[in-house]
Amino acid sequence: MCSLEKRGNLFILILTGQNGEHRLNPNLFSSIISALSRAKAESTRGSALVTMSHGKFFCNGFDLDWVNAAGSDEETQQRFNLLLDYLKQLVLAFISLPMPTIAAVNGHAAAGGVVLALCHDYVLMRRHRSVLYMIDLDLGIKIPEPFMALFRAKISGSARRDLLLRGLKIKGEEALKTGIVEAVYDGEEEVTNAGIKMADDLAKRNWHGEVYAEIRKGLYTELCDILGIASTPIATPKL
Amino acid sequence: MCSLEKRGNLFILTLTGKNVEHRLNPEVLSSIISALSRAKADSTRGSALVTVSHGKFFCNGFDLDWVNATGSKQEAQQRFDYSLDCLTQLVQAFISLPMPTVAAVTGHAAAAGVVIPLCHDYVVMRRDRGVLYVNDLEMGLKIPELYMAFFRAKTSGWALRDLVLRGLKIKGEELLKMGIVDAVYDGEEGVINAGMKMADDLARRKWDGEVYAEIRKGLYSEFCGMLGIASKAIGTPKF
Repeated sequence: MCSLEKRGNLFILILTGQNGEHRLNPNLFSSIISALSRAKAESTRGSALVTMSHGKFFCNGFDLDWVNAAGSDEETQQRFNLLLDYLKQLVLAFISLPMPTIAAVNGHAAAGGVVLALCHDYVLMRRHRSVLYMIDLDLGIKIPEPFMALFRAKISGSARRDLLLRGLKIKGEEALKTGIVEAVYDGEEEVTNAGIKMADDLAKRNWHGEVYAEIRKGLYTELCDILGIASTPIATPKL
Repeated sequence: MCSLEKRGNLFILTLTGKNVEHRLNPEVLSSIISALSRAKADSTRGSALVTVSHGKFFCNGFDLDWVNATGSKQEAQQRFDYSLDCLTQLVQAFISLPMPTVAAVTGHAAAAGVVIPLCHDYVVMRRDRGVLYVNDLEMGLKIPELYMAFFRAKTSGWALRDLVLRGLKIKGEELLKMGIVDAVYDGEEGVINAGMKMADDLARRKWDGEVYAEIRKGLYSEFCGMLGIASKAIGTPKF
């Protein structure tokens, strides 16, 4: 599933899940969402969160084995829709988290796994052995609006088209060039250490988590509208 | 406060403010708005405006000495809100100005001061000195919705995040990469001359000022929508 570790001011979320692909099913989703609730409950000024996993995959998308193990076509569709709902909840939880967030993408990410990575404020990636792959087009699956809104907020122009509409497996260097990721590293250890270091540097800024989350929401107004998250006014500022 | 000089087709607006930091209070803002009114009244086809300042600071934000020189916290909040309203009026005046505008950023711009260069059509900046610093997060202040819309009009994706959610003092070269400034130059004289030359080149295009302003407003549609500044229908175009 996932584990949440607190190390000083840092929350370290590690995807474990069954098999190496860390595919998203109701168990993993619930587990991550719970972990985020715990992080939120325990957050203070100067908190930060870094998400990572180990092995060949960061997160290879929805657990389609689980989806397809349903009794009927109707149930299969229901299971898929359930995963979509969970993914929406996950995005909502990340976007509202009152602290900076970093994804240390150690391996491949596909579909829902790309959404997971991109709902962090910063994405670090391996230069090799790691691709971002919006496989949806190749599988003949439409990308639902909330997630399109996330992509529209984060990426623009030809980079957006290439990620969503071209069936490309985007490697580290390309993702860096197009501004999808912040930095690339060689090796799993390097990227996870870099994630922890970056989280630490951001945590040291000692920002008010509530203010941070509210400004962050301003980067995602379309997405927030779709998910029904209104901005809250912050009380009397200290001038 | 400020001075407005006419040189051929160019209007040269120099920010002087009350002290070296060229901080903004209602008096200063009002003076700049008046200068823009004068420019608008004297404008013809092929007018252009360039805004410059001298010294270490371009504009270091609101005059917090004035804001805080009151009896109560409540009054200070009122003065702050009033300054913000005046700033909004200034932004509207810039956005409606019937001529191309260039900001030659000669020094530091912080907080509300960042809005000034960004409400110009083009920004040229010193490479060797000067930063843009949106410090709301650092101060524990949420950025008002209207100004988030303003920033969203100017930039997006990772650049928007780095501008408002990272507490960064961003130099010219980085702003160039972010697409927030158009060019960087060495030295105060270098950037001012470049700003004037750019304004001059734009002036030579002899655009219809009214049409220019209306098209420009379309780049700020969300912001204008929030302020209720409707686009005007332009009379029968000449084909």
